[in-house]
Amino acid sequence: MSNTSNPAVAGSPPAGEAVRPMPHLGRLDFVGYLRALGGIVRRELLRFFNQKERFFSALVRPLVWLFIFAAGFRNTLGVSIVPPYETYVLYEVYVVPGLAVMIQLFNGMQSSLSMVYDREVGSMKVLLTSPYPRWTLLFAKLVAGVSVSVVQAYAFLAVAWFWETDIPPLGYLTALPAFLAAGLMLGAIGLFLSSLVKQLENFASIMNFVIFPMFFASSALYPLWRIRESSETLYWICEANPFSHAVELVRFALYAKFEPVACAVVIGTGLVFFTMAVIAYDPGRGIMARRGGPAGEAS
Amino acid sequence: MSADPREGAALDIADVSHHFGQRAALSNVSLQVGRGRFTALLGPNGAGKTTLFSVVTRLYSNQNGRVSILGHPLDREPSRALARLGVVFQARTLDTDLTVAQNLFYHASLHGIARRAARDRIDVLLNRVGLADRRNDKIRTLSGGQSRRIEIARSLIHEPRLLLLDEPTVGLDLESRADIVGIVRALVREEGLSVLWATHIFEEISSEDDVVVLHKGRIVARGLAGQIGTAGETLEATFRRLVAEPVKGASPKVAA
Ligand SMILES: Nc1ncnc2c1ncn2[C@@H]1O[C@H](COP(=O)(O)OP(=O)(O)OP(=O)(O)O)[C@@H](O)[C@H]1O
Ligand SMILES: [Mg+2]
Repeated sequence: MSNTSNPAVAGSPPAGEAVRPMPHLGRLDFVGYLRALGGIVRRELLRFFNQKERFFSALVRPLVWLFIFAAGFRNTLGVSIVPPYETYVLYEVYVVPGLAVMIQLFNGMQSSLSMVYDREVGSMKVLLTSPYPRWTLLFAKLVAGVSVSVVQAYAFLAVAWFWETDIPPLGYLTALPAFLAAGLMLGAIGLFLSSLVKQLENFASIMNFVIFPMFFASSALYPLWRIRESSETLYWICEANPFSHAVELVRFALYAKFEPVACAVVIGTGLVFFTMAVIAYDPGRGIMARRGGPAGEAS
Repeated sequence: MSADPREGAALDIADVSHHFGQRAALSNVSLQVGRGRFTALLGPNGAGKTTLFSVVTRLYSNQNGRVSILGHPLDREPSRALARLGVVFQARTLDTDLTVAQNLFYHASLHGIARRAARDRIDVLLNRVGLADRRNDKIRTLSGGQSRRIEIARSLIHEPRLLLLDEPTVGLDLESRADIVGIVRALVREEGLSVLWATHIFEEISSEDDVVVLHKGRIVARGLAGQIGTAGETLEATFRRLVAEPVKGASPKVAA
């Protein structure tokens, strides 16, 4: 894409005084798009830090879980030596990556909820008056949501550090791309769901049908070999659950290791859901709900 | 190949229809906004004004008919078309938890404007709408009229050449309404901006404006405000007569 002020059509009359290209502030090229992306991310972060309760509930939830699981299962569930761990680890060490990705799962659903909300209050309309292609704007929304989720995940890791989670310093760095990939995948799933939901009210049920099964039927809380001991079927469900792969990708990355299968599954799933979300996205939706019904008398 | 983008109407809507299920919200609507003209889109509640704006801003993609903005067809060159278009939506769309400046910077970035250039532009526009002192206040602390003025500043941030406003004065008192009309008219006069202003309030229209009357999704009259209708009849009387008549040749429902 090039600047709009260029004469657009070949064979148009030579530029004279009246038709000189107008000065133009914005840019339609990739640099311009990066500015738009930056602005969209910045808005999301500003809104996030404005909502203190959202920040704290996002942080407290996994900490409560960590506390409960660490205290409750500590003696019953030891974890034997499985990669990436090199020694026998305590249960609370095992659950930390799963809980961090759980934050991202909640956040992915939360930001798709806010997409539905934005659509109803009209700020989605404003976003879509931006001249960049629609899918790139949806992608920017996705990246904005992921930025928020990465901030939350690191805030959790910082607090969890007091539980002696045994994460090597380098792991905090190598986990960043894993958190980004996991966040993009979970955000894309949420984005797709939000494009299916007609109204805000329907969203709660989706949360229950998506978040909890995804979280419990995964390797977040128990290693898969342990699940296999009790149920072969459940083991395969967990194995097929993309959330398990997101957790494993992050778990390995936190110990500065790379899990290629998990990485491929996470990126592939993210792409598939993002593509479906772009196809299913219809900004006209939700306008009805705001007007309170189909009556022509709405004002 | 499209026409030369530097000639012709600022907004050219040709034969646009839009249906919600069986309900026709727009039927074969054609209208032009001339360059540097203030064009009023006059219509009662439910006439289809917001629907038409949604088509022009590409929110409803299933359109038949053609829309061009400053010579750029919306279907084939959407980016170029949207880059010179500013919109003030009927519903409030500012982020109420963010400050005036944060809202404006956000919008500047949506158009690919660098922060430094945006800062200068924001100063100019806040002065223009008379709210330079509210720059760092949250939107929720502004009055309805003030946040409308901020929305107008926001719609101008990328220097659009065509501005669409959907009932911008609705719910405002006389004074705020006059402020807003005054700001937009000054832009037309001083900067040659082209404006499409949807309304059902006659006082906002002056006799040199172009007027398009929309009723039940159809255009029932158009022309210079001073010349619509029979001689001696006011615009208001003409409008009341037009919207009282049954629409010629169609029911609001879709045939078939
Ligand atoms: N999302 C929608 N789904 C179904 N019908 C709709 C929808 N939006 C608008 N309509 C219908 O289309 C018609 C035109 O509505 P529109 O909002 O365009 O009118 P308007 O001229 O903007 O009215 P107002 O002055 O009340 O804002 C109305 O009959 C309305 O009920
Ligand atoms: Mg309307």
